[in-house]
Amino acid sequence: MKLSQRPVPSLEMELAGSGLMLEVGGFNVRVKSSVESVVRGLPRLYADYTVLDSAESIVDFDISLNPPSQVRRWLRPQIQFLLDGFSPFKPLPREQGFALFEWGLNWCIANHSHRYLVIHAAVVERDGRAFIFPGAPGSGKSTLCAALVCRGWRLLSDEMAMVSLESGLVRPVPRPISLKNESIDIIRRFDANATFGDAVRDTAKGTVGHMKPPAASIARAAEHARGHRIVFPRYRADAACDVRRLTAGETFMRVASNTFNYHVLGRAGFDALGDLLACCAGVSLEYASFADAFEVIEALENEL
Amino acid sequence: MSFEYWRQHPLIGFIRAPEVALGTFGPLQWSCLIGTARRANLMSRLASTAAASGQDDALPARVVEHFASARRVAQAARTATFREARQIVAALEPAGVPVVFLKGAAYILAGLEAGNGRLLGDVDILVPRDQIAAAERALVAAGWMTTKIDNYDQRYYRQWMHELPPMRHLDRGTNLDVHHSILPPTARLKPDPALLWDTISHPAEALGAGVLSDVDLVLHSATHLFHEGEFDNGLRDLVDLHVLLVEFGGAGEDAFWLRLLARARQLDLLRPLYYALRFSCALFDTPIPGAVLSESAAKGPDSTTARLMDAVLLACLTSSIAPARGPGLGLALLAAFVRSHYLRMPTRLLVPHLARKLVVPERG
Repeated sequence: MKLSQRPVPSLEMELAGSGLMLEVGGFNVRVKSSVESVVRGLPRLYADYTVLDSAESIVDFDISLNPPSQVRRWLRPQIQFLLDGFSPFKPLPREQGFALFEWGLNWCIANHSHRYLVIHAAVVERDGRAFIFPGAPGSGKSTLCAALVCRGWRLLSDEMAMVSLESGLVRPVPRPISLKNESIDIIRRFDANATFGDAVRDTAKGTVGHMKPPAASIARAAEHARGHRIVFPRYRADAACDVRRLTAGETFMRVASNTFNYHVLGRAGFDALGDLLACCAGVSLEYASFADAFEVIEALENEL
Repeated sequence: MSFEYWRQHPLIGFIRAPEVALGTFGPLQWSCLIGTARRANLMSRLASTAAASGQDDALPARVVEHFASARRVAQAARTATFREARQIVAALEPAGVPVVFLKGAAYILAGLEAGNGRLLGDVDILVPRDQIAAAERALVAAGWMTTKIDNYDQRYYRQWMHELPPMRHLDRGTNLDVHHSILPPTARLKPDPALLWDTISHPAEALGAGVLSDVDLVLHSATHLFHEGEFDNGLRDLVDLHVLLVEFGGAGEDAFWLRLLARARQLDLLRPLYYALRFSCALFDTPIPGAVLSESAAKGPDSTTARLMDAVLLACLTSSIAPARGPGLGLALLAAFVRSHYLRMPTRLLVPHLARKLVVPERG
């Protein structure tokens, strides 16, 4: 059963009670929350995900998002993220509840998936060729990823490339795409059909809004993809489009500095990244318009 | 909650008998196992338990995934422990200070089963008491600095404790606790640290560093767990004891148990040994000879105190995996904290210290 088929009142009861379990990119995630932003955000952005039954499926991450204490509730309402009843981060203001769920789930996956080299990157795929866009915050990787997804590319992730240590393939974890500040309106204008959750202002990252992932990407979440090119995007208004081929060494260092668990994997991570680069050449891309970026990506797509 | 309640818990049941768990667990039990193992820092331990029992193939795929991931973390901890040990030995050797590794680092360096899948937040070492100043100088010269604590805490550590204030390496950010004894000099029990040095061994793989003898490893682990008053990793530490006892005291090792009791008597550590044997056996069915259990119980507390301590310590040991932290658990943790201080210093020192700790908020 998909979440969209769940009537909202029963969904609210589950979230407030024993929890709602969703299959998210192969992870079974159980959420408990009575926080409005979470209760509103989940059915809107996770409508196409499968609902699971706790009696039949094993839970990977048991998450709750609720106010940390009764007293603070009146002073300055906050939300605390708990994994298995333990809080890995500080509470955030109540309005940021849904964003905290997204960030918290990113943390859960990135910190407990050491069968993969986990790269901080967006990943999209078309015709069996996956593009990996590593990037520091602000580089525009999510914006470019959202635009490509609106154009029919399959979304693997806007946040992490999970490269299997065994197969070398990228495991999809399709989730809502997190967009910041002007990017939200840029994508709204780019594709009128894109669905967004409530934008929240004044987070540590500015204004944040989440775009609903395409149902087709979620349906193909079990299909791992082979990496084709690693592109380091950088948006610069009014700049000429600039494409530069990177050496393998330069690509290696830039990707390694964008990983979540290179220090945990040690030698295995070094080998996995080396194997990935054997078929994925690195390219840096400065672009001022999506049209420029698409042209470059399509040209790269057709390379061997 | 009783021993019987906690024996039914999937995490404790899995450690006790993984083959039974595999036959009886459904999704609810596996979910509980994953969540509580992660919280108690025991996921990689479970992976080792499963591997040692030959039950790897029968695990659900989702559990295999978590175990494999946790094994990577434990492997990184093992690599880091060897790297750190090499640095510590290199810093102390030129100063002529002998060093013994304790707890998690010792299990890993000595190649013990308890070191498989063991995670550790800091490295604990023991140096001779009369060389503690030389040890500190040598470590500071090699980049370890005392972490920021106020003057009161500095003095408290140096005057009353069995260890230096915690140190942290400037470049690597690794934590180091330097002990000169296994209990504070003011403690009611008086183990003589000099005796520990007589029986240390130097395993080939431990890079020239020493580790305590088998019986002393158990006694130190028991003393640390039942006298320190902190239970964040209490269940993990009790599992350490269980795994050590199974490895040292297995079939045909009757001599180990006799040595253990004799050493506990010699070091004045019969009481912590009693608690270690009682709790390990009650939760994990550790194969301890009946005569050893009854002899250690004879040195245990009177029956009223024993019942009270059962309740308090069981609540503390399971606090990391308790479904909810109610007022009863808070009370038990407070009782254990006060008891640990009562055991480590005379009342004339204890009352001003606890008063200060209650009034002056902890920093950080």
